[in-house]
Amino acid sequence: MRPESIISLRPAPLAPLSLSGRVALGIAEADALLAGGLRRDALHEAYAEAREDAAGAMALALLIAWLNYTQDTLTDSRAIIWARELCGPSLPYGPGLVELGIDPAVLTLLMLPDSRAVLRAALDSVRQGAAGAVLIELRGRQPLLDLTATRRLALAAQESRTMVWLVRGEAQPVPSAAHTRWRVAHAPTLGASLGVGTAGRPAFDLTLLRQRGGPEGLHIRMEWDRDTASFQSTPDQSMQQPLSGLMPAVASGRTGDTRRGSAA
Amino acid sequence: MLGLERGLALAEARARVPQLAALPFVPAEDAALTEKLARLCGGYTPSVAIDPLPDAAFHGLMLDITGCAHLHGGEQALKGALIDRFHKLGISARAALGDTPDAARALARFGMTEVRALPLAALASGAGALPETLMALRRAGFRRIGDLAGLPRAPLAARFGSELVRRLGHLLGEADPHIVPRRTPEPIALCQRFAEPIARTDDVLDTIEMLLVRAAAQLAERSAGGRAFALRLHRSDGHVARLAVETSAPTRDPALVMRLLRERIDSLADPLDPGFGYDAIDLAVPRSEPLAETQQVLEQVTRDRKTPDLGSLLDRLAVRYGPGSVLRFAGADSHIPERAGTLRPVQASPAPPYLTTPRETGEPPRRPLLLFDPPQRVEVIAALPDGPPRRFRWRGRHYVAVRHEGPERIAPEWWRRRGGHDDNPGLTRDYYRVEDEAGHRFWLFRHGMYSDDTSPPSWPKLPHWYIHGLFA
Repeated sequence: MRPESIISLRPAPLAPLSLSGRVALGIAEADALLAGGLRRDALHEAYAEAREDAAGAMALALLIAWLNYTQDTLTDSRAIIWARELCGPSLPYGPGLVELGIDPAVLTLLMLPDSRAVLRAALDSVRQGAAGAVLIELRGRQPLLDLTATRRLALAAQESRTMVWLVRGEAQPVPSAAHTRWRVAHAPTLGASLGVGTAGRPAFDLTLLRQRGGPEGLHIRMEWDRDTASFQSTPDQSMQQPLSGLMPAVASGRTGDTRRGSAA
Repeated sequence: MLGLERGLALAEARARVPQLAALPFVPAEDAALTEKLARLCGGYTPSVAIDPLPDAAFHGLMLDITGCAHLHGGEQALKGALIDRFHKLGISARAALGDTPDAARALARFGMTEVRALPLAALASGAGALPETLMALRRAGFRRIGDLAGLPRAPLAARFGSELVRRLGHLLGEADPHIVPRRTPEPIALCQRFAEPIARTDDVLDTIEMLLVRAAAQLAERSAGGRAFALRLHRSDGHVARLAVETSAPTRDPALVMRLLRERIDSLADPLDPGFGYDAIDLAVPRSEPLAETQQVLEQVTRDRKTPDLGSLLDRLAVRYGPGSVLRFAGADSHIPERAGTLRPVQASPAPPYLTTPRETGEPPRRPLLLFDPPQRVEVIAALPDGPPRRFRWRGRHYVAVRHEGPERIAPEWWRRRGGHDDNPGLTRDYYRVEDEAGHRFWLFRHGMYSDDTSPPSWPKLPHWYIHGLFA
């Protein structure tokens, strides 16, 4: 019997209740701290911890936008717009979205020449209100993205009830008008949860750096379960040695503790 | 004769004529060629119709040459010129002149010149066969159209049906049916000239709006909506400024097109300079599509459920940043990763439906979220020559592969390559999903296999490794 079939015997998590105006993550600890979930009509920020975590931060924003799309029962489900810069060799890949359980037909991609265009197009999209979520992917330092620009985005989001995600790679947090700010890193596959040596489900290491008018400092580790289209929390076992017998145990360079300590 | 006839099996025909060339029958291409020939016949007469024949192997063109023949030296000379022209194009054609379309069709079909001499089958040369009526006529002793021509019509209708009488009338010229000539709709082009050049921006925009309202009226008459609008501003010194906008859905709403045009004007790298003013402004609608009138909704209802339209937003963005900036995910039936998922402009024709591969429950994603195009070189250390990667270096950083899954071997598309079926099939890719110690997941592949003495000479000695994507 495969290990994951044992895991599936655990009681299925309760379907996250769609409280009006909030997207529940489906993880009790996080939803309690966020007063029911992430606001649908606000600006949220996700900072990738390392250069390689940019895909993870983007995936997290996409998955929450997808939850927003599927849980949005009050209004017609509105499309998702993904705005990004044209630079860089990586392109969003439709089959990868399908593998995450996201329907690519819901997404419209804006590939724009520079960050000014990205911000302007995103702001127009948020103001117009035809999209349920607008994801803005930006890399590096962004001098244009100051307190005024984020405040503008946040106000537009509130006005048109659009969820806005600002996904930043290779950047340090700067003051902004975002409602929540997260630090996102990939989490290693748990040794016991899958066959030895194989990469597992998408796992995220989340730190809530800031929440407007609410507590912060939450640190959770969660996995995306494509089959139930929900997040599931996993214990933080970053100190656990890999169970691979083929290679020497590699001491992990970073632990959850140092990560907490470095949270600004 | 070669002994070939219609309905013969290909193998039998080849047995009789070994060097026989066989080509597949493609009705769509035949129809396209007929369309072209119909356009060519437009040089002889303005009213040309493509004749719908019951037999798909024949294609007919019906020309109404009333009042056109004298331009080509008479009816016979026109016919001869047309046949010559077709023969020069390599098309075998038969032509006949007749008083009615039905008579001309039947005469051409049976290669005759006299209607009364036609066999009875000529009654069925147009649309719709009449096997029972023809059989009954033959049993009654009739052989030719001429046998029927002199008979009173009422008893014929009572005995053989009114359809026979109708067709007979059409053949003999007693009734005068007309062809429905094919017409290409005239493109919509409007022009506004000014007595004095105008230079004020507001005046120019007002004129454009007026032209759009007039174009909208013409489009509404045709139940069409424009997909592209092209404007030309003729300046008094001869300079012509061109503005073009495209929409993702057919529209004839002047306000919407105006909004797009304003966006276009704002985004011009070289702003509109009226100089000494514009002499004339013209508007064309180069592309239009059918757009039916929609039911007007009651005012109260529209106010309650005002959902903003995504299409108009995307149109605006496409005008501002170019159609290649607003993209949608498109699938394709291919096993090569970069071909299986592509990005297409929203305004292009509808994307092919996404092929969702059957997924296994509980499996992690097998395809990455971000794909590198082209794949990037990485330096890899593997424990075994054909084994999975152990360590690799990408963009100056070292990674230790803690977990891996693979290989997933993807064969090249040898049928697309020159000599692919022979000695140049291309290199296979062995894909590995690799996780490093911090949990980052990479999609690496080895391009080719390790070669030994028995390998084809086109293989590299040491296969290269590439990173092709990043997983969530």
